[in-house]
Amino acid sequence: MHFDLTEDRQMLADTLNRYLANQYGIEARNAAAYEAPFHDPSKWTEMVELGIAGALVPEEQGGFGGAGFDIAVVFEALGRALCPEPFLGTLLAARLLGAAGADMEALVSGETRYAVGLGEIDAAYDLDLIETAAKASGDGYVLNGRKSAVYGGQDADVLLVLAKLDGKAAIFSVEASAANVVGYGMIDGGGAAEVLLEETAATLLVEGAEAAVADAVAAGRLALCAEAVGAMEANYEILLEYLKTRKQFGRPIGSFQVLQHRTVDLLTEIEQARSITISAAASLGDEDASLKAAMAKNLVGRAARLVAEESIQMHGGIAMTWEYAASHYGKRLVMLDAQLGDTDQCLTEVMQSYAA
Amino acid sequence: MDLSYSSEERAFEAEVRDFLENNLPDHIAAAVRSGGELTGEMMQEWHRILSAKGWLATTWPEKYGGPGWTPVQRHIFEVECNRFHAPRIVPFGLAMLGPVIQKFGNDRQKAEVLPGILSAEDWWCQGYSEPGAGSDLASLKTRAERDGDDYVINGQKTWTTLGQFANKIFCLVRTKFEGKPQEGISFILVDLDTPGIEMRPIRLIEGGYEVNEVFFTDVRVPAENLVGEENQGWTIAKFLLTHERTNIAGIGVSMQALEEVKALARKTRRNGRPLIEDPLFASRVAQAEIDLEAMKITNLRMLYQAQKQGYPGPETSILKIKGTVINQELRDLARRALGPSAAPFPGAITDGNLALSPPDTANNAARYFNNRKTSIFGGSNEIQRNILTKTMLEL
Repeated sequence: MHFDLTEDRQMLADTLNRYLANQYGIEARNAAAYEAPFHDPSKWTEMVELGIAGALVPEEQGGFGGAGFDIAVVFEALGRALCPEPFLGTLLAARLLGAAGADMEALVSGETRYAVGLGEIDAAYDLDLIETAAKASGDGYVLNGRKSAVYGGQDADVLLVLAKLDGKAAIFSVEASAANVVGYGMIDGGGAAEVLLEETAATLLVEGAEAAVADAVAAGRLALCAEAVGAMEANYEILLEYLKTRKQFGRPIGSFQVLQHRTVDLLTEIEQARSITISAAASLGDEDASLKAAMAKNLVGRAARLVAEESIQMHGGIAMTWEYAASHYGKRLVMLDAQLGDTDQCLTEVMQSYAA
Repeated sequence: MDLSYSSEERAFEAEVRDFLENNLPDHIAAAVRSGGELTGEMMQEWHRILSAKGWLATTWPEKYGGPGWTPVQRHIFEVECNRFHAPRIVPFGLAMLGPVIQKFGNDRQKAEVLPGILSAEDWWCQGYSEPGAGSDLASLKTRAERDGDDYVINGQKTWTTLGQFANKIFCLVRTKFEGKPQEGISFILVDLDTPGIEMRPIRLIEGGYEVNEVFFTDVRVPAENLVGEENQGWTIAKFLLTHERTNIAGIGVSMQALEEVKALARKTRRNGRPLIEDPLFASRVAQAEIDLEAMKITNLRMLYQAQKQGYPGPETSILKIKGTVINQELRDLARRALGPSAAPFPGAITDGNLALSPPDTANNAARYFNNRKTSIFGGSNEIQRNILTKTMLEL
């Protein structure tokens, strides 16, 4: 047992952090994150060239990473910079394509941008209750249904879609141009899509896909936890700086104990969030991966909302403005809870492990 | 990053289990399991068993007779000791005074003090708090005045844990009365059989007896018992409290408490099903379990960091703040799982033949109340927040 990053991962983290700080600062970020296509395709390409996509794929599948700690390093850096590039879709697709034993060259090179549709409007997290269905048609299949919250779907080339085939979970591949994709920007930046499927041609990728989907969700939750840890730390640094410099009643507001103790509580929760994310990263691919990822997403969801709300409150009016970076961190930290299973959903999953 | 145990760590875990299975006396494990008060003899017996094995001073470096364990080995030892219901090692000599003597003591003090702690022959207790000096420790008033080769001590200490079993006490005393309060404090070692010392018990909230008041009236102590320089005591006091915190997350205790809560909630039925399947109760257990899972890693990360840099930093206050709250939450859940069966007051059951509480749970409410102390002692959680604030905000 030890707590050091490998040299390769440390280098990847340094490279990404440097690139994002220099090329994708908060102004560039806001310019990209809130205007269609809700990310910056040229930056996407540059970041793929830095190795992000490859870091999300195991070596035997053409990448050079794919382990829990590779994912954590990448998404922590993305979170620190509030990066709106749709790499969550890349990760989810990499897990599903890996389960299918499919070729990932186009994913690793960034030539093809993937997005993954799992949940639906009435089945946001209960994936066994989805209604999208597949049926055989000629040599292939067609899909009917509607997938919701397809992150990165507003600007993807290929969609991987969870649908029922003879009542069982299966993953299909759909050309984005073949589906009715309604893209939208999100309140916290970045984009997603509703995907309407009407007799849409699809290729079967994974049959009996429960395990593959569980793995993808666990990996995605880990990524969101790491992203939140990065964003929480950045937000915390902004808050600390403000507490030291903002003066009221003739002294820095950080000299008031009522704010000091609340700030320490944020630090405590951020450390706890980092720890539980390490736990989820270490377990990815193991038997208890889903449980550990659920535990992590529950704690991180609580911590992220606390950091966001307390940061806004302790800043006072300034963090209510669009102008100030902490407002954008706050939005991301609150809204990422709803992605791939929120605190309540994840707590319920942990509780289910108690039933005999 | 690697959270799995190496083959050496797994072998160590097996060695610890084997040792506990064969060496932890049944009557002691039973007493710990019941959650009642342990006798001084029981604690001392366990200390001697560990001492004979060389496993008593788990945090000491090898050159002072410690086992030279890594933080992970200490974690394994702590978890297994709790799993087997071994008593907590009394920390005052081992975790507090030992590191102080190693860092600030002179050669004579090292030779005289350390062996007695290591062999469990000496039982040290702590003379820090006073009736008027709790969180504001620097305002302490117990005075030590130089008279020839002696100091003469007058004053009162309080919250002296397990002082009733101790033969020695280390004290913070005032040796200078002007200037900043922090700059007039000294750290001194005192034999409890010195004339003029009186120890009186304080009965605690749950009825138990573990802390004392200690009165000093013209107590003559050789000046050579001073540790470090005169008026350097505050530096030593802070060093000691930082060391105390690295051992304070209570991971092993909380892991055991979680198992106890789950076992109780599986046995108890509410609304026609096991309590553990009741959504309200289960959600509280799950949240505590998640917090504890994170705390295990936070604890190891910080101990790992402390070992790397050679000393524990102020961030270890986080271990105290969060570790104690998680433990208190688990004790609360255990009490609530028992419902009305938690009420019978141990020692106040008039008909001894009638078992009112399920076996092994009779002391649950008492433990809940006793455990409220953990967020108060060793520097209250509010003081820990002040400590962290100083480093974070640099104000």
